[in-house]
Amino acid sequence: MKVDKKTLENLAYLSRLEFDEKNTEKMLGDLNRILDWIDMLNEVDTTHTAPLAQMSAEINNLRPDVLKQGLSHKDGLKNAPKKDSDYFRVPKVLE
Amino acid sequence: MKKYSSFSDIQSDILSQKITCETLVAYYLQNIEARNAELNVFTSVYADEAKAQAKIIDEKIKNGTQGKLAGLVVGIKDVLAYQNHPLQASSKILDGFISQFTATAVQRLLNEDAIIIGRQNCDEFAMGSSNENSTYGLTRNAQDPSRVPGGSSGASAVAIQADMCLVSLGSDTGGSVRQPASFCGVVGLKPTYSRISRYGLVAYASSFDCIGIFGNNVIDVAKTLEVIAGADDFDSTVSKNDVPNYTQEILEKAPQKYKIAYIKETLENDGLSALVKEKTLSKIKSLQEAGHTVEAVDFPLLKYLLPVYYILTTAEASSNLGRYDGVRYGYRSKNVSDLKDLYVKTRSEGFGIEVQKRIILGTFVLSASYYDAYYTKAQKMRRLVKEATDKIFENYDFIVMPTTPNIAFKIGENQTDPVQMYLEDIFTVQANVVGIPAISIPNGTDENGLSVGFQIASSHFQEEKLLKFANEISN
Repeated sequence: MKVDKKTLENLAYLSRLEFDEKNTEKMLGDLNRILDWIDMLNEVDTTHTAPLAQMSAEINNLRPDVLKQGLSHKDGLKNAPKKDSDYFRVPKVLE
Repeated sequence: MKKYSSFSDIQSDILSQKITCETLVAYYLQNIEARNAELNVFTSVYADEAKAQAKIIDEKIKNGTQGKLAGLVVGIKDVLAYQNHPLQASSKILDGFISQFTATAVQRLLNEDAIIIGRQNCDEFAMGSSNENSTYGLTRNAQDPSRVPGGSSGASAVAIQADMCLVSLGSDTGGSVRQPASFCGVVGLKPTYSRISRYGLVAYASSFDCIGIFGNNVIDVAKTLEVIAGADDFDSTVSKNDVPNYTQEILEKAPQKYKIAYIKETLENDGLSALVKEKTLSKIKSLQEAGHTVEAVDFPLLKYLLPVYYILTTAEASSNLGRYDGVRYGYRSKNVSDLKDLYVKTRSEGFGIEVQKRIILGTFVLSASYYDAYYTKAQKMRRLVKEATDKIFENYDFIVMPTTPNIAFKIGENQTDPVQMYLEDIFTVQANVVGIPAISIPNGTDENGLSVGFQIASSHFQEEKLLKFANEISN
């Protein structure tokens, strides 16, 4: 088993997720099942292969940095679950 | 009004004033009204707007000033931004979100006077192969409502199948256009990676994501592609290659004899159903009889495609979905006392379980101790797969194979084993791993009318040839 309960808790922390008892069991089962399956990649020797990271043939697609108005302040706040006239509101960070 | 199965028929009837855009929109709205409650295809229907737009375009037609897609009624998957319209990627985490801008692909349709009739259901964040994972509930296959339509763009395929619009835009990250097209008996195209701007497409896995097109026939799909493809200031990865006039290519160039490969491992695959195998073999035989050369090639990397796909896409997804934090838009949990709580509760309540699983898996393969073993390994495998595929295209014009190993499965059937569900995409992921274009066309049905699909792939940016050939062999 590659992912145990402790590893899952750490991954959940990094992802800002949390699981109750039932979902922890399901997650552990599914993840380990998937990882066992994925392990077949070790059958292939890739020692001398370079990773492929870029799929687009467009390289260094540069343009002049022109200042433009994107969303207006008002529109930027429009979808916020909680806001005041100028800012997104979140629970207090500093005591 | 009669059922239209091609845009050219609609255009000629509009120009000869047999029908108007208004009556056309009314017709599609009636079809949506008739079956949407049962099939759950459209999550928003823009009825009043579509009617108003139709009126304006009818006026333009009278004056001869209409765009080239006048009379095209389109549905868009709930991953495409359309200004001042809802956009949720079928997720609770985007609850109530209203788009602030319009995706380039959608804007280009509007510029040519296409009419957007509504927003279509899908698997949450385009993650799924059955359209069962949606905050709006599952979508049903119109041919047999006890079965899935495929996914993730399931509803976009059903919309064509049930004649609720003429063309749908979906997205295809691992087969999400071609697999549902196959399950629903319609045509589905995934173009070359970077052929269509991704501006305004909700990100799942950015090095795989592609906007795709559904239609009743290849020509409608080609016509849509030539409008929406091409360079765009808002996507730095989009290709600057010229966009050919695909329809002209299809209609005017003489048919050719091609060299076609089929991958031996696809037909020897354990999961392949007898019916799909038989239909595929008989299609291959008919191609040979038509004078094409069709030969078997080996592609031993086939079984590694899905593991490569799942490592890379979950890694990219875990990063792309980091933005959903409940601060700036969408859903926010009510049960929060501090900021950390706000993030954790919002994300845990807002994302469905499949999405959470992929975020966790992606976080795992990117974590320091496993990065090389999984993520780098998969990137290396991606290169091997690309080189092996390119090599086939040195000798062949196309690779053909079944789109899916099975016909549409029953709702709930593949819910217990995640790997079994992932295997549904075994034949479609190659195109996304490599970045090449591929199309699914109908290839007959079983005795109950359930569709089988036939997939054709070509080398990068060979859509002209691909669409022309797909059209020729469509029956």
